[in-house]
Amino acid sequence: MKCLISVLLFFAATTCFANTIIVGKGKAISSLKLAIKTSKNGDTILLNAGTYKEGTIIIDKSIHLIGVNTPILDGENKNEILTVTGKNIFISGIHFANAGYSSMNDYAGLKIIDATNIKVEKNIFSNTSFAIHISNSTHCTISNNSIKGTSKSEHSSGNGIHLWKCSQMLIENNTIQGHRDGIYFEFVSHSTIRKNWSEKNIRYGLHFMFSSDNSYLSNTFRNNGAGVAVMYSKKVIMLRNHFDQNWGASAYGILLKDITDSRIQYNTFFKNTIAIHMEGSSRIQVEKNIFKENGWGIKVQSSCDDNNFRFNNFYGNSFDLATNGTMMLNYFSNNYWDKYEGYDINKDGTGDIPFHPVSMYSMIVEQNPHALLLMRSFTISLLDKAEKAIPGLTPENLVDNYPKMKPNKL
Amino acid sequence: MLKLSRYVLYDILRSKIVIAYTIFLFAVSLSMFQMEENSSKAMLSLLNIVLIVLPLVSLVFTTIHYYNSYEFIELMSSQPMSRTRILLSEYAGVAISLLSAFLIGVGIPVLLLAPNDIGFALLFSGVCLTLVFTSIAFFAAVIARDKARGIGFALLLWFYFALIYDSLVLLILFSFSDYPLEKITLLLSALNPIDLGRIFIMLKMDVSALMGYTGALYKDFFGSGTGILFTTGIMLLWIIVPLWLAVRKFRKKDL
Amino acid sequence: MIRIENISKRFKKLQVLDNISVGFEKGQVISLIGPNGSGKTTLIKSILGMVKPNSGKIFVGEKIIDTDPAYRKIIGYMPQIGRYPDNMKIGQLFSMLKQIRKTENNQTDEELIKKFELEKIFDKPMRTLSGGTRQKVSAAIAFLFDPAILILDEPTAGLDPLASEILKQKIIAEKKKDKLILITSHILSDLDEITTHVMYMQEGKMQFFKDIGTLQEETGELRLGKAIARIMKGDLINTNWIDKMFEPKNDEKIY
Repeated sequence: MKCLISVLLFFAATTCFANTIIVGKGKAISSLKLAIKTSKNGDTILLNAGTYKEGTIIIDKSIHLIGVNTPILDGENKNEILTVTGKNIFISGIHFANAGYSSMNDYAGLKIIDATNIKVEKNIFSNTSFAIHISNSTHCTISNNSIKGTSKSEHSSGNGIHLWKCSQMLIENNTIQGHRDGIYFEFVSHSTIRKNWSEKNIRYGLHFMFSSDNSYLSNTFRNNGAGVAVMYSKKVIMLRNHFDQNWGASAYGILLKDITDSRIQYNTFFKNTIAIHMEGSSRIQVEKNIFKENGWGIKVQSSCDDNNFRFNNFYGNSFDLATNGTMMLNYFSNNYWDKYEGYDINKDGTGDIPFHPVSMYSMIVEQNPHALLLMRSFTISLLDKAEKAIPGLTPENLVDNYPKMKPNKL
Repeated sequence: MLKLSRYVLYDILRSKIVIAYTIFLFAVSLSMFQMEENSSKAMLSLLNIVLIVLPLVSLVFTTIHYYNSYEFIELMSSQPMSRTRILLSEYAGVAISLLSAFLIGVGIPVLLLAPNDIGFALLFSGVCLTLVFTSIAFFAAVIARDKARGIGFALLLWFYFALIYDSLVLLILFSFSDYPLEKITLLLSALNPIDLGRIFIMLKMDVSALMGYTGALYKDFFGSGTGILFTTGIMLLWIIVPLWLAVRKFRKKDL
Repeated sequence: MIRIENISKRFKKLQVLDNISVGFEKGQVISLIGPNGSGKTTLIKSILGMVKPNSGKIFVGEKIIDTDPAYRKIIGYMPQIGRYPDNMKIGQLFSMLKQIRKTENNQTDEELIKKFELEKIFDKPMRTLSGGTRQKVSAAIAFLFDPAILILDEPTAGLDPLASEILKQKIIAEKKKDKLILITSHILSDLDEITTHVMYMQEGKMQFFKDIGTLQEETGELRLGKAIARIMKGDLINTNWIDKMFEPKNDEKIY
């Protein structure tokens, strides 16, 4: 009841008493700072096109800041541009440019602190060390922003969308590139990240730690320095994402470290050096994903247990599966492996002999990476065939007892 | 030179082995593409053809051809024609026929059904390996005393390049795994034309895996302009050197 | 026209030619005789450059023979056993030779082709031919380019009487053109009418090289076979082969 009243009151306040303040050259107010100062809760500030160099601007009232024809807020490479705190604030249509960089403070294009119910929509961020930096906030929506960093090294750059200690957040439809991490979460819960496009970031396209109960849906992570890293979290849901061309010495489609009780489903992994690298993870359902033309489809360290890999399709990967030990406590069934050479006499679509997805050669490469140079040689294929006939080195219980003859329909 | 090669070619075509080989390659390539759902798996099977069958056929066919043409070579050497010219004409004839077999048998299906990076790399390696092993076979045939020895020697060479060499490399990699092996492995790969051809295709086929820790080194090297020049250069050496040795030996040989 | 200086050739342990020096001039018809394995064919092949001597020099037309095969332009060679590419047709063989061995005014001597009636079987592949027909082909090739030097290795062996006579007449005709003709043969009596000189070899050594007149004078025999037999007896060098050969042959009709 109390909640309802407050919503009604808010509605009333905005509709009945709201003013609109227009800021721009030749207008009564040409300074955004001044406009904010004179505004009241519920007011709307329309910022006309132009470049505004006003140092760090602070919004701590419940106002709407709307850019008309994309005005530019320029931080002149030395300032944080906009700091937002409070509740019910809406920011849209602004071009944030040239935020300062400091190794002491996390300067950002837009910083949101101790806030709730903030909407940030359709803004442009360029050359901002952190683009959007949110901490200790709830119920915010960050959507349709275009974020482009220019930094070259990991140390001198910040993250695209950075969230620390937040909950109930929605990050949607943003494009992020050229930052350290595209999207960074630490201590974030009950949030949804969907339809974002994160590419060419220096480190990770998506990076989160200690962030449980979040969903990642239909995002694309492409060509990031190290792919996506996901650590120390529970109940993570990752559906319909694309992990493409994350190439490099330690680049992963997803790096899973100490992740439990999660779901990774309907994702596509295409041309990653390692599509999924898993360590210390348990009870993850990896289902109905497509692994195509990756270096390694899945690398499961022997510290993982109780994970289920079912109904996935593996095509044209150099190695479908690799592991570092002989113990295997994970389950594989009903996957389609293009390397499977078995037969199906009873025509039920499932191969009659089990498939061992870890090849002898992948064990060799784990031990001696230089052996990679012998890939696809006749000697290696003979070795693999011999190992298939008399298994010795490969983990015997790592087996798909129900390999599919045709790809699973997804 | 080409005048003579024409007769060599004619003789080879009449024997029908090359035609059978062409049809075999064509049938295998087509059925690979038909059987497999995606062309990348077909490519994988073709890779084995290129790396294993091509050198074997080139070696054995060339050696047999050399001994079967011994009369022709004798006849020519009593004519005003230099030994070098005779052997090079033979080489050209054999190489052209084997190359056409490969380009028709594998080239056409690949160009029609998978005209991509991997396909072109495959064709490039196939062409190089055909020329290299024809050249090596001439060397084997010229230094061997009779047909049986020649074919035996050719098979031994195939065994060495296709199988034993890589096993040795693997052995070296494990024996010296504590040492930095990057440069050594690069060198080792250059010493076997099959490996070189394989790596050239692998660069396109397994690009994702090669972007990993050690792979990146090879990728950077072989994928760069220098690397391609290196590959082509070494392949050329593998064609020229055995052929040159064969010619040198042939000029001093009693017929 | 041909000068041989201190030629030696060794096949493994066997000394096939042992320090042979001899000179042949135009207008001479030399019968090169000796038992099997005496080095006749090796000597001929050395002149043709098919066998490379271990030491010594050979001059043909005042030029030392080495890598330049041009000197063979003035040589026509008929091998002991003519072996030709199996799949090649007779007609093709001739046209190929004409192509690779163009004479200055494209003149060829096709008399033997006509007389042996080879044109009728121009379509036949070489592998279908009998030994005699091959010999005819070999003979026709040797005379085809009207060479100044003719080297005929066992020319009449395997030929039927008619063909043998045709060939003999052809040799006589060529002799009249002041050519140098070098013939190896066992059947001495076959050649004595046309021979001007006899070179006798045994175990790689040249036993003698004499003109027919001297031989007859020394031995008092008119017929060459007997003359040689006498010489052999006089020299007491393993003459059994000659005796064996001539005793029955003397009674036979000679074509």
